[in-house]
Amino acid sequence: MGEALYDYALRLGDDSLVLGQRLSEWCGHAPMLEIDLSLANVALDLIGQSTHFLKLAGEAEGKGRDADTLAFHRDVLDFRNCLLVEQPNGDFAQTIARQFLFSNWQELLFRELMHSKLEVIAAIAAKAVKEVTYHTRLANEWMVRLGDGTAESHARVADGLDWMWRFADELFAVDAALETLIGDGIAADMRLFRGEWDIRVDKVLADATLEIPKPRRAATGGRIGHHSEHLGHLLSEMQFLPRAYPGARW
Amino acid sequence: MYTTELNDKGRKSSLAPVVAEDPALLAAFEARVSADDFIEPKDWMPEAYRKTLVRQISQHAHSEIVGMLPEGNWITRAPSLRRKAVLLAKVQDEGGHGLYLYAAAETLGTSREDMIEALHSGRAKYSTIFNYPTLTWADIGAIGWLVDGAAIMNQVPLQRASYGPYARAMVRICKEESFHQRQGYEIMMTLAAGTTEQKRMAQDALDRWWWPSLMMFGPPDDNSPNSAQSMRWRIKRETNDQIRQRFVDVTVPQADAIGLRVPDPALAWNETRESYDFGEIDWDEFYAVVRGEGPVAKERMSARVKAWTDGAWVREAASTHAAKRDVRAAAE
Amino acid sequence: MSSEWPLWEVFVRARNGLAHKHVGSVHAADARMAIEAARDTYTRRMEGVSLWVVPSAAITASDPAEAGALFEPAADKIYRHPTFYSIPEHIKNI
Repeated sequence: MGEALYDYALRLGDDSLVLGQRLSEWCGHAPMLEIDLSLANVALDLIGQSTHFLKLAGEAEGKGRDADTLAFHRDVLDFRNCLLVEQPNGDFAQTIARQFLFSNWQELLFRELMHSKLEVIAAIAAKAVKEVTYHTRLANEWMVRLGDGTAESHARVADGLDWMWRFADELFAVDAALETLIGDGIAADMRLFRGEWDIRVDKVLADATLEIPKPRRAATGGRIGHHSEHLGHLLSEMQFLPRAYPGARW
Repeated sequence: MYTTELNDKGRKSSLAPVVAEDPALLAAFEARVSADDFIEPKDWMPEAYRKTLVRQISQHAHSEIVGMLPEGNWITRAPSLRRKAVLLAKVQDEGGHGLYLYAAAETLGTSREDMIEALHSGRAKYSTIFNYPTLTWADIGAIGWLVDGAAIMNQVPLQRASYGPYARAMVRICKEESFHQRQGYEIMMTLAAGTTEQKRMAQDALDRWWWPSLMMFGPPDDNSPNSAQSMRWRIKRETNDQIRQRFVDVTVPQADAIGLRVPDPALAWNETRESYDFGEIDWDEFYAVVRGEGPVAKERMSARVKAWTDGAWVREAASTHAAKRDVRAAAE
Repeated sequence: MSSEWPLWEVFVRARNGLAHKHVGSVHAADARMAIEAARDTYTRRMEGVSLWVVPSAAITASDPAEAGALFEPAADKIYRHPTFYSIPEHIKNI
């Protein structure tokens, strides 16, 4: 159980860490000051979540690694985030499309995890679900503003959605390790809320006058450490200082 | 300071009103201000007061926004999760401070768009300090410790500035500011007590940020022609040299406490004045930076202009969508 | 520029029992965005349970020049103030 839990906590923690890192790239560069604050808010929430989950992962692993050690000293093969969150920010529309698909999923995930038999996961989820409800609303509203805005914003958000769509299925994939944890009541079964996610996403896209992207081959691999080319660059930047100065305290 | 008058050397800013103002109104205004009363947005005020405030408040706002860039430069490379979160929160606070101040300035008859245009065109200034680059993680510590430390010294008395919206914005800002300075000093403490390389990083940051921090307080008093009027109007509480001296007196012991050396060979405790004597500031450098020739002035401005320009379609989409919604709502 | 977002005034109620207080303004394209901007700007440190946003253009303000006519007469009508009535010290709870 230790290893399966370690893996699961990494998935949850890495999702939030990588997405938090991506959003913090916007700081000082957003289209309007008010938007800068919104994105920073979401980034902060995500980094907070990741700290809790990575701490849990370290404890489950039982080798004395804490959240920072895990965040700053693993290479790509050991990261367990989904491919969606490591996608580049692109323009604001691409960033919103990524957030839209992810936060709607994460909200449903945390609602399930509030009932996890593992107290610590249930507690993290209970606190995080309030934050993620806000993230979802923010993303949904921006999808509609951009989709049903100008011709340019519509084209950009359609492109952004098209970029991200191939990463949606991975969010709902359940492998053998996860099946066991689901059976134990610790992990959530994402397949159970795929239908609800589809309904929510379709509704927002309709309001946004956007077409549901056509089905396509899913890109997967993140959950077993086979990432896109983007993650390596993201980690190089993020991990530079602790790796360049081993043993230093910051 | 973020609010220091940043006129090009030798050029007096023209604050004389074009139209002669009613002496009775002027006298009543001066009496209210000297009685520690607050002036609120729709109250009568001399044109020079309004103009000075628009310039000062918007300059402060611009400083907060541009200030997000040197620190924002290190968020993705912060060396621990806690440092990343704290830095992100600090930079977010700075954005928020900019918002409070733009809001206060807008009560005086200018618009966010006008102020941004003034910044991007170079007409409006922002604090000179943000034209210096952040080269290492230690710079983040130095900025929190020195730059926020300097800002706090200026901002605390402005909580009783004569203009209500400005004073209230300053109260909000002051509440949030002390965490900023503490996080910076804590970084410096950690580095100064760390590995040889970390100590070197910390000392190097202090070497580069010390003098620009002293320059933040603005030109010497004998080259600040409008100080007296601003002080009478309670939009400036002390002279540049006074606050600068206090900053040195407070900060030198903080450097001593963590074993860092202030890069000033002329620095010496003066027993008679009970204050530190310190060396001459390079005023050529100061005025060059004010003119827009700071080391990374181009980088700062182009980043801000790019964000605004690249974001135009987003702002337009939001406005267009809102208009569409209004039309639909009216039709129902 | 036609795409400029309008200004909204923000009012925050910090705790139940208190009234909403004006805290500043935000720019937003619509009401929903204004609420979110107000939340992100003015309640970052949990400083509120309730937010109101009002388009600045919708607010009518009194004219300070008329302040005398609107407000000063109350200063004469001192009978509204409890200090006008002298109650003997030994009467409690009043």
